[in-house]
Amino acid sequence: MLDHRPTAPADVLIRGAHVLDPRTGLDARLDVLIRGGEIAEIGSGLQFDGDVVDGTGKHLFPGFVDPHVHLRVPGQEHKEDLESGTRSAAAGGFVAVVAMPNTTPTVDSAPVLRSLRDAARREARVPVGFMASVTLGLDGDALTEMAELRDAGALGFTDDGKPVYRAGILRKALQYQKLAGGIIALHEEDPTLSGKGVMHEGEVSARLGLTGIPSISESTLIARDAAIAGYEGGRIHIQHLSARESVEAIADAKARGVRITCEASPHHLTLTDAELLRRLDTRLKMNPPLRTEDDRQALIEGLKSGVIDCIATDHAPHAREEKEVPFEEAPMGTTGLETAFAAVYTADVLPLALVVEKLSAGAELMGLPTPRIEVGRPADVVLIDLEAEWEVGEAGYESRSENCCFAGRRLRGKVLTTIAAGGIVYRERKLSVV
Amino acid sequence: MRHLLSIEDLDRAAIERILDRAKTFTEVSEREIKKVPALRGRRVLNLFYEASTRTRSSFELAAKSLSADVINFASSGSSVEKGESLKDTVQTLSAYRPDLIVIRTPHVGAAALVAGWTTAGVVNAGDGKHEHPTQALLDVYTLRERLGSLDGLNIWIVGDVLHSRVARSNILAFTKMGAKVTVCGPPTLIPRGMDALCDVAYTLDDLPSADVVYALRMQNERMSDSFVPSLREYAAQYQIDGRRLNARQVLMHPGPVNRGVELAAEVIDSPQAVIGQQVEAGVVVRMAVIYELLAGRNAPQPAISTPIPA
Repeated sequence: MLDHRPTAPADVLIRGAHVLDPRTGLDARLDVLIRGGEIAEIGSGLQFDGDVVDGTGKHLFPGFVDPHVHLRVPGQEHKEDLESGTRSAAAGGFVAVVAMPNTTPTVDSAPVLRSLRDAARREARVPVGFMASVTLGLDGDALTEMAELRDAGALGFTDDGKPVYRAGILRKALQYQKLAGGIIALHEEDPTLSGKGVMHEGEVSARLGLTGIPSISESTLIARDAAIAGYEGGRIHIQHLSARESVEAIADAKARGVRITCEASPHHLTLTDAELLRRLDTRLKMNPPLRTEDDRQALIEGLKSGVIDCIATDHAPHAREEKEVPFEEAPMGTTGLETAFAAVYTADVLPLALVVEKLSAGAELMGLPTPRIEVGRPADVVLIDLEAEWEVGEAGYESRSENCCFAGRRLRGKVLTTIAAGGIVYRERKLSVV
Repeated sequence: MRHLLSIEDLDRAAIERILDRAKTFTEVSEREIKKVPALRGRRVLNLFYEASTRTRSSFELAAKSLSADVINFASSGSSVEKGESLKDTVQTLSAYRPDLIVIRTPHVGAAALVAGWTTAGVVNAGDGKHEHPTQALLDVYTLRERLGSLDGLNIWIVGDVLHSRVARSNILAFTKMGAKVTVCGPPTLIPRGMDALCDVAYTLDDLPSADVVYALRMQNERMSDSFVPSLREYAAQYQIDGRRLNARQVLMHPGPVNRGVELAAEVIDSPQAVIGQQVEAGVVVRMAVIYELLAGRNAPQPAISTPIPA
């Protein structure tokens, strides 16, 4: 159900990198030989007469998988397209991404989905999976042909960008899930509570005179939807958690045995609404909004305790002219693929092994194979220099858009090489090849 | 100081310096020729994206009293209606080489954005619900004239705090000048988190403790969003009238007043009200602000790296 333009199978020896894969238990300095795009040998003192990459002082991780990105195709190619979005993913160490269906037109019918998959086979640098919408046109009124969409390759269903606000429609989607299968991913927000809000509601919004989005806008809908999912025995995934109350709502639901998982994004793990007092930068405007330090800590604890299952970027590119406007006028969203690992690693909020694990944990939730560094597996790996410091620029991204909330920050951890589905999809230009 | 975007840009000493200078300008208005040549040849651009009577006219009068040339630009009837972005409008108008841009917009932070797009100085004349720093300065000026000092004063700001840029700038300015501020209004119209900035009350029960009562405008359109059930109910709970205002309290209002809503007619016309003095202070205080930003500064040169569209 993943599509990409195949890259020539890699034949490369990565020598002497610190190999860390929490799932296989590897945590040592090792050589990894990749032949024909598969991991052929893991050991010490391996010899290879082909391409050899010196991994000394670097780390080799299983490649990252992002269950939540916006590639903007079809219809919004001025923000991003399949080629630029997946190039951005590769530069961030991602070996697979899942694209959201809130495009123009919406991915709500099999023909639209099939044409997207065809395009991905021509253009996508790393494998892409596609979600279809829960309701036609994201209008929240009528279910899509979920069974046919699944047959056409939809990984699951989401109205991301909007909640499925009518409880009765969500219930029917969950009933229909028993036939169609596929995860139902939910953007949780009660529009009657969010209103015209543009940032987190609290002290900072009071100071700035901006309309706030209260935390309960998210958590109340999570609680409602968890109850519906529990009643129907459905499987739901909650997107981009931002508030402490939401983490508590998920923990409650999990304790009751509801089949619920969730994600948090790098910006919610590392930034708070206090940033807006320093500079009212539209790159810091996203939905859900940056919240307080207490919320940030709750998300970090949630990842450590397992209440939060994975890290997802919600990579949301917007064109420069769309973001170069007053804060209230700007669209919501930040790019995130190229900065995901470095942002979380630099903030030092989680142990390294947990960062690595949570950055690929989204795969399993979406029904995709999880990358593992193991002999016989397709090579899905990323080589990173943890020591390398770099400044996130105003421009110069692989993504077509520049609206990165980390712009101007110095981060540690630079992706040197990404191998996805067995092919080398990214190589940092300065990489020394022995 | 290059721009006046927020009261946060000023410390107490700077506020006092500006207001002391404003005081010296009162004499100009009393002359037969109400003008000084201080800023002859300088250009001030008034860029107003929202309706305004007193702010726009007092900025214009202030600039002209200092002999600056004034260009007024209103968004209606302009290329803004053809969809020109704020950035393009500002860069286009910057080609006229203004020394100062006075801007009012319905959007928070817009004045700060403009400051990044032009080489002119920028005065925030109201950015959405965020701030209106010159209003706060003229309010402090008026209170200094009336009471000498703000130190230790108990100031109540009553009404729709949620939607009020005047309230936000005044909380900062009054606090910097040594007063203690309490905001009071319907709980639906006091933003969550306000208690980090000042005291919060939901009834007028403790209003007698106030030295100054600052009433905010209650806008009709707030009814449609259920912020208050009716103007009648609002007036019953929060209207400042002769019964609630005592003889030693000073009454302020940023205008325009809704008679019979936030204020009863008898207090508007009472000697405690300084609403007229506030308007009068507008001109001299804005003269002082413009003078502060322009006098002694060389005319700005456009940066070579900033492309200015024709």
